[in-house]
Order: sequence, then structure tokens, then C-alpha cells
Amino acid sequence: MALLEIRNVTRRFGDFVAVDGVSLSIGAGEFFTLLGPSGCGKTTLLRMIAGFDAPDGGAILLDGQDMTGVPPEARDIHTVFQSYALFPHMTVADNIAFPLRMAKCPPGEIPARVEEALDDVSLPGMGKRFPNELSGGQRQRVAVARALINRPKLLLLDEPLAALDAKLRERMQLELITLQKEIGITFVYVTHDQEEALALSHRIAVMNKGKVEQLDEPAKIYGFPKNRFVADFIGECNLFDCTVAAHDAGGLDLAIEGLGKVRSAGAENVVQGAKGTLALRPEKVAIGRELNAADCVNRFHGKVFDYLYTGDVTLYIVEVEGGQRVEVMLPNNAVGRSSKFFEPGDAVQIGWRDDAGHYLHD
Amino acid sequence: MARRSWILWAMAALGYAFLYVPLIIVIVYSFNDSRLNAEWVGFTWHWYEVLLKDEQMLTAAWNSLIIGVSASAVATVLGTMAGYAMYRFKLRLLPVLVLMPIAIPEILMGVSLLIFFVMLNVTLGMLSITLAHIAFCIGFVAIVVRSRLTGMDESLTEAARDLGATHWQAFRLITLPLIMPGIIAGALMAFTLSIDDFVITFFTAGVDATTLPLQIYSMIKIAVTPEVNAVSTLLMLVTLILIVIASRLSPGALRGE
Amino acid sequence: MNARAQKWLVSGPPLVYLLFFFAIPTLIMVVASFRFPGDYDPLAPIFGTGNPDEVAGLTLESYQRFFADPIYLELFLKSFLYATATTLLCLLLAYPLALMIARSPKRYRDILVLLVILPFWSNFLIRVYAWMIILGEQSVFAKGFNGFLGLFGLDPMPLLFTPLAVLIGLVYVHLPFMVLPLYANLEKHDPALLDAAQDLGAPAWQRFWRITFPLSLPGVYAGAALVFIPALGIFAIPDLLGGTDGILIGNLIKQQFLEARDWPFGGVLSMVLTAAAIGFAGIAAWFARRQRV
Repeated sequence: MALLEIRNVTRRFGDFVAVDGVSLSIGAGEFFTLLGPSGCGKTTLLRMIAGFDAPDGGAILLDGQDMTGVPPEARDIHTVFQSYALFPHMTVADNIAFPLRMAKCPPGEIPARVEEALDDVSLPGMGKRFPNELSGGQRQRVAVARALINRPKLLLLDEPLAALDAKLRERMQLELITLQKEIGITFVYVTHDQEEALALSHRIAVMNKGKVEQLDEPAKIYGFPKNRFVADFIGECNLFDCTVAAHDAGGLDLAIEGLGKVRSAGAENVVQGAKGTLALRPEKVAIGRELNAADCVNRFHGKVFDYLYTGDVTLYIVEVEGGQRVEVMLPNNAVGRSSKFFEPGDAVQIGWRDDAGHYLHD
Repeated sequence: MARRSWILWAMAALGYAFLYVPLIIVIVYSFNDSRLNAEWVGFTWHWYEVLLKDEQMLTAAWNSLIIGVSASAVATVLGTMAGYAMYRFKLRLLPVLVLMPIAIPEILMGVSLLIFFVMLNVTLGMLSITLAHIAFCIGFVAIVVRSRLTGMDESLTEAARDLGATHWQAFRLITLPLIMPGIIAGALMAFTLSIDDFVITFFTAGVDATTLPLQIYSMIKIAVTPEVNAVSTLLMLVTLILIVIASRLSPGALRGE
Repeated sequence: MNARAQKWLVSGPPLVYLLFFFAIPTLIMVVASFRFPGDYDPLAPIFGTGNPDEVAGLTLESYQRFFADPIYLELFLKSFLYATATTLLCLLLAYPLALMIARSPKRYRDILVLLVILPFWSNFLIRVYAWMIILGEQSVFAKGFNGFLGLFGLDPMPLLFTPLAVLIGLVYVHLPFMVLPLYANLEKHDPALLDAAQDLGAPAWQRFWRITFPLSLPGVYAGAALVFIPALGIFAIPDLLGGTDGILIGNLIKQQFLEARDWPFGGVLSMVLTAAAIGFAGIAAWFARRQRV
């Protein structure tokens, strides 16, 4: 049985539907992420799980129990807030002890448990400090320690890494993964950062305009986006409007304006003449002066229109003979080469395998 | 640029001088060994001695103290409630009632309370003054408390609830300690306002009760005497101490932010 | 405990207190302005007037009296002029002060602001009294000033108990009310705006006139309202610093309530003062709202 069951939950603010009939089921021990742009309803959903907001329709069940009308303090769910919400007038130790005191834990046990919790987040001996004496990363760890100390069934994390710089964020991501594995508590994580979501989660729900667009494992979300929104939101992606020219057991022939005929892997329920989108990740497109025919079914001549050098990779924009522009990503890993291969105006050939692209129904 | 900022500083220095020189003159003359506030004759404590023997003045000071303490105590409780209510809930009437007494000319509140007390057959005196002072102090306390609350991260109380605290526990353990400096600052402000108030007291005092400002008024109405300088100096000292404490506790509070 | 009960529990007590000791007295004053003065009391009893000719005991008599004699409207006009002059002078003095504080290093700002507020927290009467000393006939300052006039062969002139003394007192007492909102506004200005203007070729004066001043207008309106409204109703300053003909509308109100004991007429004057104050606050708010910054 699922630990957290969200059944057809809806939340309206006046005319605005923040969460629109969302159903999710999250299993025990899972690291689950709600991913989406700001205003997609992910934070509203999180606040309803925590109990700060109530659904207008539907139900939220924790361990099979309906949470309707249960106040936040009575739910076995804790939250790590985006601002961390550490109580500024209490020491780190008092902050961490707060949930124990609220739960009427015997006072004698508290210091040992607080010290243990500080060890868990590698902040030993920091108990006497006040929150304003800590760095951003330390505050984040205290917030996590505080939320985990009395082992809730579920931990909610509301963009907990948003306030940290890029380097620290990466380290905290690793720490969160390790911590979650060790204690085995279910995490529900909210973020708008797709890389973070891909790196951390067992499963991701991509949300947009109050609805779940796709619910899958990170690799599936990235490799097989269900629709245009997901393909566009997660990573870089070429999106070509196309028409199905023919289909057979081996795959599809797609007609794309400005590009021509493209062979693509098959999809279910395709009919001839259907309109759709071809999603093609730039890193799956090969580029060269002349490509080897065996590798790529789809090959096009064109010239480099512009490029974007980003250190580890270079993103080329290639204008093919038909006029369509295609983004191509090339790793800068060739030894002894200068960092870029092609200049704007260079004649090149690009190509990709038939299973590189991904046909999406409209 | 440098030249222009020099002019700006000079103008600002003049502004500060305009604010402070008159008060310094009052203080200096309180130590002048002369009946007239004119030439400097010599240093003396004489006027402070006169002050301490002036029965009327001492009674007035005592009355001011009693009114100030009781008015600020009640106004702090009611003002804190009002400030919290204005922060926490969407209210229409309360913010208007809280801010109006501060916004309109004081004399209007003075005369309307005069009519009110007389109609209710409340004898004008200590009680009517105190009730009037509470009414105009509530607003000041409420503003300070609300500004303190607005500066507070709202997720703090949510975090407390999330970690198992009830509404009341979250208020007692998180909100109250965090806004306490604002409440104390508000209380000190209310006390100072009450001690200093002249206009509203003037209309609600009747014939029997005299406060320090009323006593000062009746003295300077007749003649300028260095005894007034002495009492003014002491009053300024008390106010200064209270206000410095209040501003330490709640920076920005006195600016009505 | 539900949210509704909580709301009333917290907001109820202050609400009741202010209704009782602010709203109701104000309403009574409104009613009183439509009443007759009593034969022996300043106000005829509101219930059971015993005079069947009166419609519910209400009359416009006091309002008619106010508008019949131009002396009252003139007094209002005079108070209006004093308040306007006070507001303008305060603006002139407060602007450099506020600007200097806003442009000084952050760590000094709080103390500089506190220095502006401190005199405001000293007793109002003491601040007026200080000017009685300075402008008094025997004061060093007045003697020096008249000696200076003497150098040009001019007759000595009295300073205390003149319109000038009243104006000085009004400006002195209300100055902090202008400095604070101005400062609060100026402090928020992005210094990059001035750098940008300079970068684009604006000289110092243009930078002030085209960037700083227009952006500070909401502060100016707020300060104007905070100075003008209390200045309009003041009675103690003309009482102490003004001459025998120096009275303003506040003095007349005080006189009606405490000396003439004609409460309905005092009520009328108070109503007109209230209307003027609310009207001015409304105008200031309207101007401030039109400003989209």
C-alpha cells in the first residue's frame, strides 16, 4: 500500500485553479519530486500535504488515513522550508529539540538525541550556536535535522537548496541522497530545477498549470517525454512540427517543413496524416564535415549558423539546406584539439539514428 | 560632486542646529543664576531646589506618573492585540479606528471626549485623562507591534505548527518572544506619549487634576521662569532615556514603519 | 478554536475600546453640532428636550451662524495659510536633511534619524517654550537681532507675540513629520539611477530635478499631510507665541468649549476642521496614488 495517496485533489484561489484534479501515489522509502515552473501548483500541493492548506476537492491519505481536517501539528509529516524557518531566538539545539518537546519527549532524553541528530548532519558540537551564526549550508542541515529528529513518516522539502550557491548545492544534493538512503524516510521534494530533480529522485511528477504532465523515473522523463511541455521543460530539445507520412513495423516516416523526410522509431496508435511533434535532444545529433552513412539514417547538409561555447560542450545551431535550424551538442572532449571545431558559415553534415528522436502526439 | 555634497552637509547641519539649539538653550538656562533667561550670570542648582519644594509641581509630576503607568499598561495590552489582529486577519473597521486618532488634529479628539465624559457624568479628572490617553496610545503600540510582526518570517510559525506545536504553543513559544522587543518599545512609547500629552489632557482634565504639561502650560502662560527650564530639562532627560531604550529594542519602530 | 472566534477574541477588546472612547465621542460631537446650546449647560440635554417645536431637537442654527459671519471663514482661511506656509517651510528645511541622511553611509543612518526624532519626543510645550526664551525681549538673540537692525537705522521690532513667532513655532514643532517620510522614501532610491543619469550626461542639478525629486513625491505628499493636518488644528502655539490678534481656528474651538461654553458652535467648528483635515489627507493620498512608483 502506498504511504501517501493523493486522490483527485483540487485547489482553487478565486478563478485560478492552482491544483487541478491531481492524483498521485507515493510509496514508503521513495524519493519523490514535484517538478515544474513557478506557479504550476507544486508548492500549493506541498502545503496541502503538510496541512497548511486544505483541498477544495479530493482527499489526501497518509498510511491509508484520510488527513482531511487534521491540523499540521497532528500530521506525522515534517517540512523543510525554503527559508529554513529556523527560530532565530533559539539555539541550534533548542531548534532541533523543538519537535521532541512538542511531542512530550522525556526531558532527560533530549540532549543525547539532539547531539545524535547533529552528528547525523555532520554538525557535531554546534548546538550552542544561534541560527544567524551559521552559514547557508549549515542552516540547511539544521533544518533537515530538526525536521527528521522524531522520525516522521514523510519529509516534505520545499526548494531547500534554492538559497545556496551552485557548488554547495551539488554537495548538499549528494548529502540528501545519502541521508535519505540511510534513514529510509519518504521524501517529497519540490523544485523548479530540472537537473536537481533528475539527480535526486526515484520518481518525478512534472507539473504544469495545476496538472501532472508526466510521472516517471528520471531517465524516462528525460529520454521519453510524454508531450511537448515535458520535452521542452526538461533539458535542451529540438521540437519539430511534423506530419506522419507513413508508418510500418520498423518505425515512422515523418515530414518536417524545412527539413524533409525523417525516419523515426515507432510510436503507438499512429495513423497516417496525423500531426505531431518530433522531439530530438541536441546531444543525440552527430555533426561533422562528412558523416559515416552507417551510423545515421537521417542525414542533412547545412552550414553552421551560430554556436554557444559552454566549457564542457559546444551547442551548434545548424541551418540545413531546407532552412530548418537544428541544435546540435558536441562534447569538447577531443584531446589536443582547439576548443571549437566549426565556425559560423562552415559547411557541415548533421545526422541522427532513427531511434534518437521521439515522436509526440499533439 | 564633492562640492555639492559639501553644500548638502552644510544645509543639513543647519537643520540639526535648528532642531537642537532651542532645546540646549532651555537646558543651559536651567543652571543660570538669574531670574531672567537672558545673560549668563553663573552656575547654580537653585532652580532644581525650587522645583523640589514646589508642592504643585510635585503633585502634577506624581499625577503624570500614575496616569502614564496605568494608561501605557492598558494601551500596551490592547495595542498588542490590535497590532496582532491587523497583521493576522483582514479587518476593515479596526485599522481605521486605530489610525484615525493619530491622523486627525488632536484638538478634535480632546473636545469630543470632553462632550462624551460630561454627557456620561464622568467627573473630569485622573480617570477621564487616563481613559483618553489609552485611546490615543493604542494606535502607536499597534503600529509598532504590527511592524515587528510584518518583519517576521511567516514560515516560522508554520514551521512550529509543522513540528507539532498547536496554534497557542506556536504563538507563545515563537511569535511572542520574537515580537517582545516591539511590545516593550510600544509600551515605552505609550508611556512617553502619555507623560508628554498636553492637548487631549487639557480638555479632559477638569479643574482638579493637573499633570506636568498642564502645570508647565499654566506657568509659562503667565511668565517665563527658570524653574520651567529645570522641570523641562528633567522631563527631557526621562524621555531621552526611555526613547533610546525603545529604539534599541525595536529599530525603525519610532519611525512608524 | 476556529479562526472566526480567534479573530473576535483578539480584535474585539481594542475594537470595543476605540468604538467607545473614539468613535462614539466623535459621533456625539457630530450630533452636538446640530443641537442648541442649553440655557444653563453648554449643551441642551439630548433626550427629552421638552420643546415640541423642534424637529427631533436638531437645528442648523450653529451652521448658519458659522456661514453668516465672514469672520469665521476668514479665521479658517488664516489657519489654512499658516498651515500651508508651515508645510512649505518644513519641506524646504527637511529636504536637505532627509537627503543627507539617505546618502550618508548605512551605519550612520539610524543614528542620524534618531537625532531628528529625539527633539520630537521632548515635550511639545518645552519646544514652544524654548522659542519664548529665544524670541523674548530680553533674550540675547532678540537684542542681537535688534542691534543688527539698528545698524541700518531701523527701529527695533518685537519678535515674540508676532505672526512670525507663531510660524517659527509651527515649523519647529512639525519639522520631524516632514523629515521622516521624506527620508523613508529617499532611502529606497536605487543609487544606480543617479549613476545612470550621470552616465547619460545629466549634471548634478538635472539629476536632482529629473530623478530624485520626482521619485520622492510620494514622500513629499505624505510629509505634507503629516504637517498640514496637525498644524491646521493647533491652539497652544498661537496661545503662547502669538499676539492678541494671533488666534487661529484651534483657539476659537478651545474658546467655545471651555470659555464661551457654546458646544454646538464649537462642534460646528470642529466638523469644519475635520472636513478640512480629511479633505487634505484625501488629496494627498490621491496625489500619492497617481504616482506610479
